Amino acid sequence: MLADSEMILAPHEPELQHQFDDSAQQLETSTLGMWVFLVTEIMFFGGMFGGYTIYRNMYPEAFASTSHFMNVTIGAINTGVLIFSSFTMVLAVRSAQLGRKKALIAFLILTLILGCVFLSLKYVEYHEKWVDHHIPGPGFHYADPRYIHQAQILFFLYFAMTGMHAIHMIVGAGLLTTLIVMAVRNRFSATWYTPVEMIGLYWHFVDIIWIFLFPLLYLIGHTAK
Amino acid sequence: MSHQIVSVKVYAAVFSALLALTITTVAVSKLELGEFNFIAAMTIAVIKGTLVVMFFMDVRRATSMTKLFVGAGLFWLAILLVFLLSDYLSRGWHPSLRWL
Amino acid sequence: MSTTLPFASTETHPNYLNADYGWKSWLFTTDHKRIALLYLFSITAFFFVGGAFAVCMRLNMLTPEGLFSHDTYNKLFTMHGIIMVFFFLVPSIPATLGNFLVPMMIGARDLAFPRINLLSWYIYIIGGIIALTAVVEGGVDTGWTFYAPFSSTYSNTHVILAALGIFVSGFSSILTGLNFIVTIHKMRAPGMTWSRLPLFIWGHYATALIQVLGTPVIAITMVLLGLERLLHAGLFDPTVGGDPVLFQHLFWFYSHPAVYIMILPGMAVISEIVACFSRKAIFGYGFVAFSSIAIAVLSFLVWGHHLFVAGQSMYASMAFSFLSFLVAVPSAIKVFNWTATMYKGSVSYETPMLYAFGFIGLFTIGGLTGLFLATMAIDVHVTDTYFVIAHFHYVMVGGMVMAYLGGIHFWFPKITGRLYPEGWAKFAALVVFVGFNLTFFPQFILGYQGMPRRYAHYPPEFQALNVMSTAGASILAIGYLIPMIYLTWAWRHGPVSPQNPWNAKGLEWEQSPTPPPTFNFDHQPVVTEPAYNYSGQEQEVDVGG
Repeated sequence: MLADSEMILAPHEPELQHQFDDSAQQLETSTLGMWVFLVTEIMFFGGMFGGYTIYRNMYPEAFASTSHFMNVTIGAINTGVLIFSSFTMVLAVRSAQLGRKKALIAFLILTLILGCVFLSLKYVEYHEKWVDHHIPGPGFHYADPRYIHQAQILFFLYFAMTGMHAIHMIVGAGLLTTLIVMAVRNRFSATWYTPVEMIGLYWHFVDIIWIFLFPLLYLIGHTAK
Repeated sequence: MSHQIVSVKVYAAVFSALLALTITTVAVSKLELGEFNFIAAMTIAVIKGTLVVMFFMDVRRATSMTKLFVGAGLFWLAILLVFLLSDYLSRGWHPSLRWL
Repeated sequence: MSTTLPFASTETHPNYLNADYGWKSWLFTTDHKRIALLYLFSITAFFFVGGAFAVCMRLNMLTPEGLFSHDTYNKLFTMHGIIMVFFFLVPSIPATLGNFLVPMMIGARDLAFPRINLLSWYIYIIGGIIALTAVVEGGVDTGWTFYAPFSSTYSNTHVILAALGIFVSGFSSILTGLNFIVTIHKMRAPGMTWSRLPLFIWGHYATALIQVLGTPVIAITMVLLGLERLLHAGLFDPTVGGDPVLFQHLFWFYSHPAVYIMILPGMAVISEIVACFSRKAIFGYGFVAFSSIAIAVLSFLVWGHHLFVAGQSMYASMAFSFLSFLVAVPSAIKVFNWTATMYKGSVSYETPMLYAFGFIGLFTIGGLTGLFLATMAIDVHVTDTYFVIAHFHYVMVGGMVMAYLGGIHFWFPKITGRLYPEGWAKFAALVVFVGFNLTFFPQFILGYQGMPRRYAHYPPEFQALNVMSTAGASILAIGYLIPMIYLTWAWRHGPVSPQNPWNAKGLEWEQSPTPPPTFNFDHQPVVTEPAYNYSGQEQEVDVGG
């Protein structure tokens, strides 16, 4: 009798595609491919980090002024939520490595839920900004007349960076859902779980982006005059 | 890469460290340290990012090729940021030559 | 559902062309060779669309008062640039010859990610359709460089559509690059060490590095431009504190390396052709291989030379100028090494070699004029004149397009199983060479004399050279049309090609039938020779891993 609800799948033939000689080559190839993709993502976000750096440098007072409108509480909670989701993701991969189907599915679902919590809190934040008329565009308004224009630029970058991050989270949520469906259908085993590992890498990367976004957008400038 | 399966303890330790560092960075941000606020926040962020890359993404045990690619990506980001900044930061150096 | 191909495949052995029939077998293929052909046809179509805009431009430049209004002319040169750069030059060799040959040259059955390869073609097509929609809807008038704040605030044309088309097609480029990097790392046949790789592979590897590292930045730049156009937050608007130069920085961070995405594959092709038609290994293989990597790395450090007169700090400009001189060195090394390869080689003058000669000469001229532009003191006078236009057309058209044509001819037998008519091909090469120089050499003079670029009308004293240039363009157009005709003819009716008509070295020629079977080789190749083993050496001491 199995002591707990673990179900250990019998190892089946990993799905070997025709261009590969063996499954080790296939796994190494997939991993390298995912890392190359993540490098492209570093450069993709990098452009926005570049713009942000320039404007922060150019308009330090405006930046200090706008930083008071960043909801540090939500930002901090969201950071914790994402870190937690990376933890559950890594446990999901570990479950796959051990062939534990139920644990795998549970951790994937947990990661997905945490991702949705993040997105919900993000929505709350964005709604706050909308109420404050801080969304760039025709409806934009800023209380301090000295910094109206600069504030709009800075909020534009805020929305561009967090928005792009949120889009990546949404895509990640979709990928997690796919993984859950695949796991339920017994596609994974202790000998083949490559998609779980690859999407795990993606998920961690999106977490890392947030690890940098959080201090840059929410924390620095708080104590500036 | 799944040669040896990492124990839950290690992951839990990294997770706790990440949470602790998050609390730390929020706390430090409330202090008035001038320029050091930025340095402190970025240092903590780099440590957190490194923990995620090394442990959660398993680069710690990955091949040299993987490590090279990760390094290259970060290096290229640095090229973008450094060269970009080099323009803006040096614009004001000699106002008399600004006509160039 | 047709059961025959529009072109006949007479080889009785099963090959990738007769493996399956019908449109589904082409549009849902994962065979890198078929995908290469899908790209070949679409890229050729875009070349002629971009060329049509060029025809209109050159017609306009026949007289000082022109044919078109300023607004229309602005749209013509913009669409010419966008289509030629993003939908022809950037994908050209990598997506066609690269896709076809990379797996074959390393002894693999396919690329690492065949489905992603097909996806990249579809993404390219979608991006292309979006761009063509922008054309049909009335075009864009910002110049292919989309400089802000005109593009972000003041232009009344379909900037967002064009930016979206470029954004989408950028992912095609990224995926191709990703596929090549991983394939070259992981899928080499036994014995195919890095030091035995054909230089074509080194060139495409370097290109792929640039595609992967640079293209995401143009993607985010287009996103920011599009959002700015929608929201008018002021990111690039100087009237509200935004910095238009920031746009230029972000734009050129990609677009300069992009020109090396365009030229490195051309150089890769030239290495193969020169070795084969000199019957000699490329001189200084290691230098040429590493020069490709050096170009890829250095290409990211020079973008500021496009901003010399834009308000960039003088100190940054000096650094960029110096680095731009540096990036010329590896290119020069290649030219020296190709020349040294021919020295005491057994040189023959088949069409691919004619194009290679053309490349080496014209690329050298184009590259040297690049150095003039990298020199700030000269750039101040010739920037935004026809000098710049002549410079980049020498490297891109005199260089890249010639390499592309040379490569198409060189591998035509391998791809189609047929031989093209050598007489017509040589004639066309000559027409292209004459037409090209007549078109673009006068432009160096025009630019030096001060004629600005992107002007629909010009002072009468520039007319003579402009007429010469337009005459050249019409000859060049004929030069491009002739191969279209005989290559299409040859595919159907040309004589059947032997397996290795050029007696070339390389896995694709020596160990694969012509045309190749779907999985490229009848038997897994095992490599024991260095590349370009034209002198028939035994296995060399393996110094690399």
